[in-house]
Amino acid sequence: MSTAAATHDDHHDHHHAPTGLKRWLFSTNHKDIGTLYLWFSFAMFLSGGFLAMVIRAELLEPGMQFVDPEFFNQMTTVHGLVMVFGAVMPATVGLANWMIPLMIGAPDMALPRMNNWSFWILPFAFTILIGSVVMSAFGAGNPSAPNFGWTFYAPLSTKYGPASTDLFILSVHMMGISSIMGAINVVVTVFNMRAPGMTLMKMPLFVWTWLITAFLLIAVIPVLAGAVTMMLTDRHFGTSFFDAAGGGDPVLFQHVFWFFGHPEVYIMILPSFGIVSAIIPAFARKPLFGYASMVYATASIALLSFVVWAHHMFTVGMPLAGTLFFMYMTMLISVPTGVKVFNWVATMWRGSMTFELPMKWAIAFVVLFTCGGLSGLMLAITPVDFQYHDTYFVVAHFHYVLVTGAIFSIFAAAYYWLPKWSGIMPNKTLGELHFWNSLISANLLFFPMHFVGLAGMPRRYADYALQFADYNFWISIGGFWFGLSQLLFLAVTVLCAMKKGEKAPAKPWEGAEGLEWEVPSPAPFHTYDTPPVVK
Amino acid sequence: MSDEQLSVEQRNKRTLKKLLIWAVAMFGFAFLMVPFYNVICDVTGLNGKTSSTAATQAPETVVEDRTVTVEFITQKGDGISGEFTSETKRVKVHPGEITLVHFFASNPTSSDMITQSIPSVTPGEAARYLHKTQCFCFDQQTLLAGERKDMPMIFYLDPEIPSHINQFTLSYTIFDVTERVAGKNNSVAAN
Repeated sequence: MSTAAATHDDHHDHHHAPTGLKRWLFSTNHKDIGTLYLWFSFAMFLSGGFLAMVIRAELLEPGMQFVDPEFFNQMTTVHGLVMVFGAVMPATVGLANWMIPLMIGAPDMALPRMNNWSFWILPFAFTILIGSVVMSAFGAGNPSAPNFGWTFYAPLSTKYGPASTDLFILSVHMMGISSIMGAINVVVTVFNMRAPGMTLMKMPLFVWTWLITAFLLIAVIPVLAGAVTMMLTDRHFGTSFFDAAGGGDPVLFQHVFWFFGHPEVYIMILPSFGIVSAIIPAFARKPLFGYASMVYATASIALLSFVVWAHHMFTVGMPLAGTLFFMYMTMLISVPTGVKVFNWVATMWRGSMTFELPMKWAIAFVVLFTCGGLSGLMLAITPVDFQYHDTYFVVAHFHYVLVTGAIFSIFAAAYYWLPKWSGIMPNKTLGELHFWNSLISANLLFFPMHFVGLAGMPRRYADYALQFADYNFWISIGGFWFGLSQLLFLAVTVLCAMKKGEKAPAKPWEGAEGLEWEVPSPAPFHTYDTPPVVK
Repeated sequence: MSDEQLSVEQRNKRTLKKLLIWAVAMFGFAFLMVPFYNVICDVTGLNGKTSSTAATQAPETVVEDRTVTVEFITQKGDGISGEFTSETKRVKVHPGEITLVHFFASNPTSSDMITQSIPSVTPGEAARYLHKTQCFCFDQQTLLAGERKDMPMIFYLDPEIPSHINQFTLSYTIFDVTERVAGKNNSVAAN
């Protein structure tokens, strides 16, 4: 793939771009909005992380230490919601905003004004959600923040939900509108704004995975909106969707929620597959092994994600045929996922590998995500799941795929593209410290959760039986260590933002491929006003 | 107009419209899942839901050489302070045999109460072989202040009931729906 770099620096003089606060508030520029998304998601990552620190502090020792169980429930709930909807999803949307137009040779996202709106809804949505936690922590009369777990099962969230549940419902609606608009923008951009010659099967895998993610978002976020709307009418308008007394069924909630919820977990991980598929070829100096199979594998994972939802609820008492269907479908997903892992490994095989920071994170992703995938396969086995259900084994599983999976890949993306975003190479010393501390502490944090889970420690409790004390002590140490390590990443990004450090060339990574490296670093405000020609 | 003749803006708008329609349709789909779920539950007996209407056909045969144990449990939902019990805790029946069981509910309060009982069968697969010709759960039951009410339930088991189902539990949970009825004053479907 080669192209003429089509950037016009002199364009700037005529443009009168707004400065200061207005630049950010009114921005319709995909790079500025991408930056906003990324900073916002990092702020949410630190906030959600702080809630996790409260959880781990309480679980450091058996017995009640710092918070009461009621507040502990609010911590687990809001930690999950903030991390899923505030940290991981906006981070990948930010990456999409920054990189998709650059990767396909488009001047901007297709719908720039909608782009602005979809970002600026988010701070309000999370102010509402986190506001209820602040009120709960400092408020008079002890109003409770949402306390029913991030899955907000009825009737905990309907009949027994605290008053703040309505704030939560509004907040989820706003997040959903933001996600749907962001997803629509990606689809329209990819379909209509590609540079001449950029056929679908020439698109970088990050664009492909995001395109498929966007379709998943448009398909299931409205279902989530439907679920919270039913909650709202059950709570206040006399309907009985989930209320047995009125002829409804609380189990229906779980079906509706997980019909959204399972595609949602792929929404969080598919962009990561794209990131890793960009980084591994760059540092193995070989083209990606099996490009077409990667595209088809991603599409298969997305399609299968719609027929596996009930594996989250094997214990509700489904008929045998139902559990078998969902068990086999779930296991089937490991086939396309396995194709991906083998493709990454085959890309590295006999490559001239070097281990710069993005590559370190990417390799850690491949190993640890696969570890999370394997525990997922264990959970897919119905009779086994009856024992593992709602234990720390599940907690270990989804933190392996989401923290050492999704979040590690987002770090990989940040180290890979920060030179392009800021024009500054990320500080190597701090970056190495960040990587190694995160790698070791994340495993200290999450690996022993497998053991306590298998031994029967249930999730979402503020206390535990004495025999779990030693493991939980070390899990908490790992947690504090992991949390503090992320401040190193804050330092790395702040240094880049302040333009302190080694200047980055247009293409800082020797083996990197793609249109984004054809423009100078930092990427000018406007790029590809004249589309590049892709051969 | 074919796509080539349109400007990028027009094509963008066209794609935007299609995707918005899709998003709205998926919002509708979430609500469509409710009747869909109920139909699936009715047909398969998923979740142990029993039929909400009375069986009108009498059983054709009585399978004398098989007995199935049916256990009854009762639970009190929100707002129920009185008694809710079944006279019989367990009964052995032949498939096809018509059986009467008495349930009792009392209202010790000084105001009238409208109740709704919700049945559930465990294991769920037995639910579709349970036919009730009369049940207090089909309608809302009014308990006058201080009343103790006899609520009969008549059922028979389908002669086709699979041979591996030798025993199942029928559970009733009674709810106070007085406020719900007063608030909406329209009928609440009993399943």
